Amino acid sequence: MNSLADQLLVLVMLINLIMLGSSRLIFSIRAVAAQGVILGILPGLIHPFSLHLTGITASVILAKGIIIPYLISDAVHKAHIRREVEPFIGYVPTLFLGAVFTALAFVFAEKLPLAPEHKELLFVPASIATLLTGFLILTTRRKAISQVIGYLVLENGIFVFGLLLTEAMPFMVEAGALLDLLVGIFVMGIVINQISQEFSSLDTSRLRALKEE
Amino acid sequence: MLVLVASSIGWYALFCLLGGTLGGIYQLDWPMPFGPALFAVDPLSALFLFPLFLVSGCVALYSLSYWPAAERSDSARLTLFVGVFTAAMVLVLLVRNGVLFLMAWELMALAAYFLLTTEQHNREAQKAGTIYLLATHSGTMALFALFSLLHRVTGSFLLPAPHSLSTSVTLEAVILVTALIGFGGKAGLMPLHFWLPGAHANAPSHVSAMMSGLMLKMGVYGILRTVLLFVDLPGWFGWLLLVLGGWSALNGIALAAGQRDLKRLLACSSIENIGIIFIGIGMALVGLQTGAQVLFICGFFGAFLHIVNHGLFKSVLFLGSGVVLHSSGTREMDRMGGLAKRMPVTAALFLVASLAICGLPPLNGFVGELFLYLGALYDGIASPLPVLALVAPLLALVGGMAAITFVKAYGTIFLGTARSTVAEHRHAADGPMVGPMLLLAVCCLAIGLAPLLLVRMVAPVVRFYSGADVNLADLGGLQIPLMPLTALNLLLLALIVVLAVCYRLRLHGLPKAASATWGCAYQAPSPRIQYTGTSFSEMMVNLVGYVAAPQRLKPVLAGFFPARTATFSYRPVELLLDRVLTPLFSWIGLAFSYMRRLQHGQLHIYVLYVFATLFVLMIWAH
Repeated sequence: MNSLADQLLVLVMLINLIMLGSSRLIFSIRAVAAQGVILGILPGLIHPFSLHLTGITASVILAKGIIIPYLISDAVHKAHIRREVEPFIGYVPTLFLGAVFTALAFVFAEKLPLAPEHKELLFVPASIATLLTGFLILTTRRKAISQVIGYLVLENGIFVFGLLLTEAMPFMVEAGALLDLLVGIFVMGIVINQISQEFSSLDTSRLRALKEE
Repeated sequence: MLVLVASSIGWYALFCLLGGTLGGIYQLDWPMPFGPALFAVDPLSALFLFPLFLVSGCVALYSLSYWPAAERSDSARLTLFVGVFTAAMVLVLLVRNGVLFLMAWELMALAAYFLLTTEQHNREAQKAGTIYLLATHSGTMALFALFSLLHRVTGSFLLPAPHSLSTSVTLEAVILVTALIGFGGKAGLMPLHFWLPGAHANAPSHVSAMMSGLMLKMGVYGILRTVLLFVDLPGWFGWLLLVLGGWSALNGIALAAGQRDLKRLLACSSIENIGIIFIGIGMALVGLQTGAQVLFICGFFGAFLHIVNHGLFKSVLFLGSGVVLHSSGTREMDRMGGLAKRMPVTAALFLVASLAICGLPPLNGFVGELFLYLGALYDGIASPLPVLALVAPLLALVGGMAAITFVKAYGTIFLGTARSTVAEHRHAADGPMVGPMLLLAVCCLAIGLAPLLLVRMVAPVVRFYSGADVNLADLGGLQIPLMPLTALNLLLLALIVVLAVCYRLRLHGLPKAASATWGCAYQAPSPRIQYTGTSFSEMMVNLVGYVAAPQRLKPVLAGFFPARTATFSYRPVELLLDRVLTPLFSWIGLAFSYMRRLQHGQLHIYVLYVFATLFVLMIWAH
């Protein structure tokens, strides 16, 4: 079972790289949805079956795989944008940086003082790599939608880390985190709509105009 | 309406306090990390609660007509914060848990900030508010250190029982100095007084009354409470308080004498009175150290009486300044004049409070200072360091300067004729506002006539400090002449009344001629030929130029008839604030403006900051 989990985690990291390399927003959203579904399956693989676990799996797949991607793609359709036009750093350099960060994540995870049962798995490096990817997307992309995607990837990274603790983590905390995320996406959706109405563009670098002098 | 409710609750609490027993303890065990909430009333809190309830009730009544809810849009805010302010002060006096104390303290400080910036569109009020906020938070920082240190010593945030704390000499010194910085700053002890004049001048008058009469006392309370904790105090602390108190008293009144703004004058005189209170506390602590019982008792009696007295007469003065402000439309004394004719009751009350603040019999100010004089003259000379006897001439000097200052204030505002057309044409009369003032002034007179009443209230507090019973009747040979004092004061009052009646009767039958006051028999006197307040106090201000140091801008006069533009201007300067702190802070602000480059509005770069920090931490950890 654990080898299957590891393979899925490799898939998660590959999806990270795909997102870094693609310019089409709809494609990125689908990739993030796929990542969400994988994350939903993962707890079922590493922990013994229970009713609690089924609930978690179902709700994670529902939130990360269906509702949130739907909300974002809805915003994309409403704002009439297809692709991220001019990122601060090009696609190939970010892809390269993503690879470097993934490698660094492995090095870092190697040195962390982890519990022995977690040492063998890919959870920690995958989580850190996803986290760094999220940061990379957040810093290099210009459109507000890409920022939301970056935020989601960041959250996915934290979620992978949290998987190690699923048994210790009470259900309420998870539900709270998911709800948090959902509300965050709602707010971002509203903000995106407002920004596109106000500035007739979703370029967040124009938000600089709001800075106090 | 809320004000009415607040005031009635305040009154109710006051009656409960006076009628009930003192010494209730209430402990609330809650699962907070800083331990149970302990509330207690002991004689020390009761001493401060007495003027607190009295003055805040009067202020609430006063504000009904001073800041009428129907006419002022910001009255809701004012009412709310007056209530919060009062409640926070009560809480400060009652809590016995360090963390809760800090919370109440912060609540009080912030409520005062919102009160004093009530006129938020006024630039001067904004500036005063900012200075106040910086000063109070610097003080709170010292208090954080204080309570952390106490926690280290006792292992709990609950304040230790009186006279139970003993630590190493250095730690004790550090605790005392942090308390002095934190609480002394709030009390307005020099050199931490710089926030005080601006803050008191710009707040609405009834708020100034509360700030000066009550909030400054919270600082005094803090120091008294800290002092009470220790088993025995280091000898230098009493001397330090004594010197700081003397310094504040002398310089506070010197600053006050140079002011043109009525409320600034009153604020600076608060510094003086706080100084007198600290002189008393310092004397008492020195007496406690050296075993000089009379010094100890007289010092504490003087300080405690003055705490209550200052709360009363300073409130009357500030409330009176509010009435004056209403009718003259300005705070500049040199533009007022002749108000006594139109507002006889206010003028009389202001006069009573001015006499009290100068420490003249038969009013309450005299009683408090009498104890200090007695202590200094009797035991000061006999004590190991006869330097202490110098307190008496110092107090006399301060009293004299206070007399000059308040003669100036009263004379310029109420006597003579109106100096500006504004002051002349505004509708002016004693309003319903004089009611609460009258009550407070009657209290002043009652304490002056029958000091035994207040002494009886203060005695438990002194006993609280000494640990032994205090017998006022026999202090090792010194008799405190309280009963003769009452008799003398009554006699004096009777004499004044008799003289006044005789004067009236004598005038009754004589022909009367009406002309301008101080018209000097000129045919067509102009109000401008009167002495101004500034010119009245000029000689004294020059004598104390080292601290008051006003800025005078003199025009260059040419020709026989100088141009109209040649005007003379006079501005009192606050040495510490205007010459040291303001330049220092603007320099720091300039230095930090380079930091603003980090604040550029680029969202991505902000995320990059987070990213970079995370990355550095990851690398650093391994």
